[in-house]
Amino acid sequence: MNARTKPANTRTRLYAVFAVLGLASSALVVRAVDLQVVRKDFYQEQGDARYLRDIDIPVSRGTIFDRNGEPLAVSTPVESIWANPMELLEHADRIGELARAAGLDEESLKERLVERSDKEFYYIKRHLNPDDAQAILGLGIPGVSSQREFRRYYPSGEVIAHVLGFTNIDDAGQEGLELAFDSWLAGEKGIKRVIRDRLGHEVENVELVREARPGKDLTISIDRRIQYLAYRELKAALAEHHASSGSMVILDVPTGEILAMVNQPSFNPNARGNVDPAYRRNRAATDVVEPGSTMKAFTISAALESGKWKPHTPIDTSPGTYTLYGHTISDVHNKGMIDVTGVITYSSNVGAAKIAATLGRDEMYDVFHRFGFGEVTGCGFPGESPGNLPIAKNWGPVEQATIAYGYGLSVTPLQLAQGYAALANDGRLRPPTFVKGGQAKDRAVIDPQIATTLRGMLETVVHPPGGGIKAAITNYRVAGKTGTSRTAIGGGYQKKYISLFAGMVPATAPRLVGVVVIHDPQGAYYGALVSAPVFSKVMDGALRLLDVPPDDVQNWYTASPDSGHTVRMARQAPDGAQVEPDYAEGVPE
Amino acid sequence: MSLRIAALSLLLLATIASAIGVVYARQQSRLAFIELSRLGNERDNLEFEFGRLQLEQATWAENNRIDQIARGRLGMLPPAAAQTLVIKR
Repeated sequence: MNARTKPANTRTRLYAVFAVLGLASSALVVRAVDLQVVRKDFYQEQGDARYLRDIDIPVSRGTIFDRNGEPLAVSTPVESIWANPMELLEHADRIGELARAAGLDEESLKERLVERSDKEFYYIKRHLNPDDAQAILGLGIPGVSSQREFRRYYPSGEVIAHVLGFTNIDDAGQEGLELAFDSWLAGEKGIKRVIRDRLGHEVENVELVREARPGKDLTISIDRRIQYLAYRELKAALAEHHASSGSMVILDVPTGEILAMVNQPSFNPNARGNVDPAYRRNRAATDVVEPGSTMKAFTISAALESGKWKPHTPIDTSPGTYTLYGHTISDVHNKGMIDVTGVITYSSNVGAAKIAATLGRDEMYDVFHRFGFGEVTGCGFPGESPGNLPIAKNWGPVEQATIAYGYGLSVTPLQLAQGYAALANDGRLRPPTFVKGGQAKDRAVIDPQIATTLRGMLETVVHPPGGGIKAAITNYRVAGKTGTSRTAIGGGYQKKYISLFAGMVPATAPRLVGVVVIHDPQGAYYGALVSAPVFSKVMDGALRLLDVPPDDVQNWYTASPDSGHTVRMARQAPDGAQVEPDYAEGVPE
Repeated sequence: MSLRIAALSLLLLATIASAIGVVYARQQSRLAFIELSRLGNERDNLEFEFGRLQLEQATWAENNRIDQIARGRLGMLPPAAAQTLVIKR
């Protein structure tokens, strides 16, 4: 034992060691508490972030079916190839290989990757079919992966393009019903939490954070067959008359369902690209026209409702012109003494103006407004126009007269169809709908008796000497009205015409209402010559497709099959005299 | 005294059994999750296949195509009024 060793020293050293150990361990405890308790959340998060990932579970968009269950818009899975630029640039020698496989230019791909070298995600090529994507992935280039996405296909192409609209590359609705029903169709992405290794491979599924909710299917009211028929006939009519654009709407009278809605020009919704926006407009719901003589049906409704006029009340239209505060209203031909029915049959502007002069402007406005003019129909189509019905207190006598024959107000083809459907539906207006079985509540807009009377008047239009005989359909009674108006431009009218026809079949118990609007036909421009034949052809097919029983079999028996005469010949004027129908209608200069 | 030992060992056994149970349940849940994912994928793939088939059918049944084949290749026509007989009931 060494002499320098002192017992007291041992004790001091022991304390010193204890103190050091004590300090060290309390430092450890403090640090442990700091890590485990005080800053636990932060470190837990940081740790998780290094291996836990929340991954989207893609869901497919709902299918859109027509009323008979035919698919109109279907989403199918495609693969999108993406790369982590940081990782890919470390293997820059393989970019060329990737570019060739993806059919891209190597230099520009490299440039774009360098631009995004601080990012972790860059789409190389989107929406490949799974086989092509597999070919690229098969090259095993580091940093390149694929992601499932969905692409929307429209098997009917441009036939129904305007109604459906389209989606963008991220599968979100951009226009039409795709936009209107976006949240219904889109569903909700799911999220799952997975553990990933350093290279980004999934090692384990940890939990389902949110269950994927796939988009719901939508069955719309359109009948693809009728839609196609309308599309074909409208397109043919536009080509025949060298017209610039056109629309047709067909409504199912009892339910208000839109069975067909077509527009020309159209576009192919499967090809994403720069289409002229004018081609994408659903003109039938978003564009307005002056309804011209088709409006007279509602003017006469107002006249009958006022009680001042009966169907056979005479009215003098000679000499075919009528001057009101210096404004001359004219008919194409002087029809002399006619009755109220004759105003519809011959489409007399003078007659309509004279009748309007006896009605209060509030009274007339009220009837028009009840028939749905000046307000959106409530069908929910994005960008639908309410048209323009000036408020009654802004109507002077001249305005009131011109509105009576369809000028100075504007309507959409859909509104016009809705109005005629109310006449067809015994005076009860049912707002149109795009959803099968989605019928809206109807409301009474006019006395059922007046609606029936008007249907009778509108039937005279389709028989000689009425102007609309080209709308006649074999074996069915048709009620309708032709119209011709001019394109309004700021402060006046262009020398461009609009041909209209609005009608219903079968007239005895209307099932279908159709409206045809054709813009800027060259040569013959009267609605009776341009739009009425389209109505006849399309409705003829639609009635057959829907199995609507003929209501004009009397003519059938007299005309066929033995006599060899066509039914239209059997419809000559009762006294046998050949009456030349009068196609012309007053178009204001 | 022996009662206490018995109770303790019973609790010990119960604890071990429960621990094994947890492990087992965990394993089962993992297997079930894998099965669920597999079935989910299968369902998705079948749905995609169905969608593709629908699309294919819709393309073949496209009205324009039917129209052209019926008129052009098969020489079909809608019957004229003179060729139609109405049966009155």
